[in-house]
Amino acid sequence: MTLTSQARTEEVRAALGRVTDPELDESVVELNFITGICVTGADVAVTFRLPTYWCAANFSYLMASDMRDAVAALPWVEKVSVILDDHMFVDAINDGVAGQKDFADAFPAEAGMDLPSIRLNFGLKSFERRQEALLRHMLAEGHEPDIILQLTTDGLTRLNLNEEGQKLRARYLERRLLAGNPPAAFVGRDGKEIVPETLTAYLRNVRRVGLNAEFNGALCRGLLAARYGEAPAALPAEPELIDFLRMAPAPAHRM
Amino acid sequence: MYKTKTGEEIFIIDGHVHLWDASPENIKNIHGKQFIDCFFGYHTALSPPEQLWSAEKFAKYGVEQMEKDLFIDGPDDMAIMNPTYLKDFYKNGFNTIEQNAVLKKRNPDRIILNGAFDPRDGEGGIEALHAQSELYNIKGVKLYTAEWKGNSRGYKLSDPEAYKYFEVCEKLGIKNVHVHKGPTIIPLDRDAFDVADIDHCATDFPNLNFIVEHCGLPRLDDFCWIAVQESNVFGGLAVVLPFIHSRPGYFAKVMSELLFWLGEDKILFGSDYGIWTPRWLVEKFMAFELPDELVKETGKQLTLDIKKKILGGNAARIYGVDIEAQKAKLRRPEMAMA
Repeated sequence: MTLTSQARTEEVRAALGRVTDPELDESVVELNFITGICVTGADVAVTFRLPTYWCAANFSYLMASDMRDAVAALPWVEKVSVILDDHMFVDAINDGVAGQKDFADAFPAEAGMDLPSIRLNFGLKSFERRQEALLRHMLAEGHEPDIILQLTTDGLTRLNLNEEGQKLRARYLERRLLAGNPPAAFVGRDGKEIVPETLTAYLRNVRRVGLNAEFNGALCRGLLAARYGEAPAALPAEPELIDFLRMAPAPAHRM
Repeated sequence: MYKTKTGEEIFIIDGHVHLWDASPENIKNIHGKQFIDCFFGYHTALSPPEQLWSAEKFAKYGVEQMEKDLFIDGPDDMAIMNPTYLKDFYKNGFNTIEQNAVLKKRNPDRIILNGAFDPRDGEGGIEALHAQSELYNIKGVKLYTAEWKGNSRGYKLSDPEAYKYFEVCEKLGIKNVHVHKGPTIIPLDRDAFDVADIDHCATDFPNLNFIVEHCGLPRLDDFCWIAVQESNVFGGLAVVLPFIHSRPGYFAKVMSELLFWLGEDKILFGSDYGIWTPRWLVEKFMAFELPDELVKETGKQLTLDIKKKILGGNAARIYGVDIEAQKAKLRRPEMAMA
């Protein structure tokens, strides 16, 4: 392997690292889904696998097309192929993604598919999960609730946070626009402001979203490892919410 | 029966068990093979190492092994058998009411035999439901909304066809509707394991109980939200409970959420046998305590009384089982044997 192709392989891996499983909100690279990256000049071939033969076709399709787009966006790439292996719909997914088809064209028998709305729905769950992690971190660090909730997006960007906080902020801001573009940094998924009086109840509500994704992430890692006889991939470095909860102020109000 | 260290007897109703046949002879196609492989993946991923079975045993364990695992070595006093037909994948079906009836015949006081229907079967299916009711006097059904049928990849409980069946259930006294809303397998564009349809039918059929198996796990957040609004929606712990071994921290959090949103009267134990055996699950659950931090955060505890409800009391209530009378009934043959 020449140095260039090695460097290019790493570039591809980094690009794929930003593609997430929509349901788990984790990188497909960290989840151990990627089985091969082959760079030949300006051609890239990516192969991947999933925890079960049955993994939902719509999520599989989303991931495959996101991988294709992420790699194609690299300036030197001329041709991309993304191949899913060992899945009930390998042909429909691989052909559809190669032909840049809509999901509905690739799966004509499954009328009524609306991939963008699924993408938005799970994007908003990811928004809530990342927001909760950031909010709980800031509260634990001693930021006052009413000051936090008055922040604009610009103000949040400029705020002095520790290393952990900066990471959580960057992850949150990647999803912030999904909830519309009002000036406030922290809004609900409907774009409405969050007020200090109901913050505790709000956090309790969105907590289920993150818990759900964590639970599914653990399940999918276990299934993938069992299927391919490997040790499960490590859990994300992001601290568990439980760590924040210990430090968070006692709830003043419960639903 | 589970006995605590202090000698207290806890009556166990296992809310979700299967007797399946996924032997090579019964497998119809690649989907049938992949289906049992996926189940085996759950078994492998979440069981303690000393509880692991071979793939051959897992494919078909038989009636006697099941009785041993549930009632002799295991703590179950009663078990609810939920069929899963999957006739598109398995020649004689995966786990049918006829197969389950064999176990019921051998253990009439221990088995609660549930039926099944598929709203896509139209009038013929309604007749079949009447027949199940007459033949087996069923009090519950198991629905598998993502099951394939011809070109269809699933249905919703809010479909008008499903409502016709629920009306028949009400008429026949089939009060308990177990719905598989579990890990995402097979759903295509309809996302057949989405839990939103439960919301509609639970409101429209207040006399029926809807037991959401696996607590809608991939959609736990949506499920809690629906369950809190509908007094007749329950959560089954199958698949959730084994996390008690591999990830007790997550399990504690999920349990706290379920106690907070659903409440202690609406959670049902289920081993999902043969994916897992009830003995280790019940032992670990009885020994389990929620961390203080979580108790402080949610205000919800997992006391002995609450464990008793989850392990049997709640199922007894919705299936009309008088626990004391049942205990006496079950004690008799044991005394005769002694």
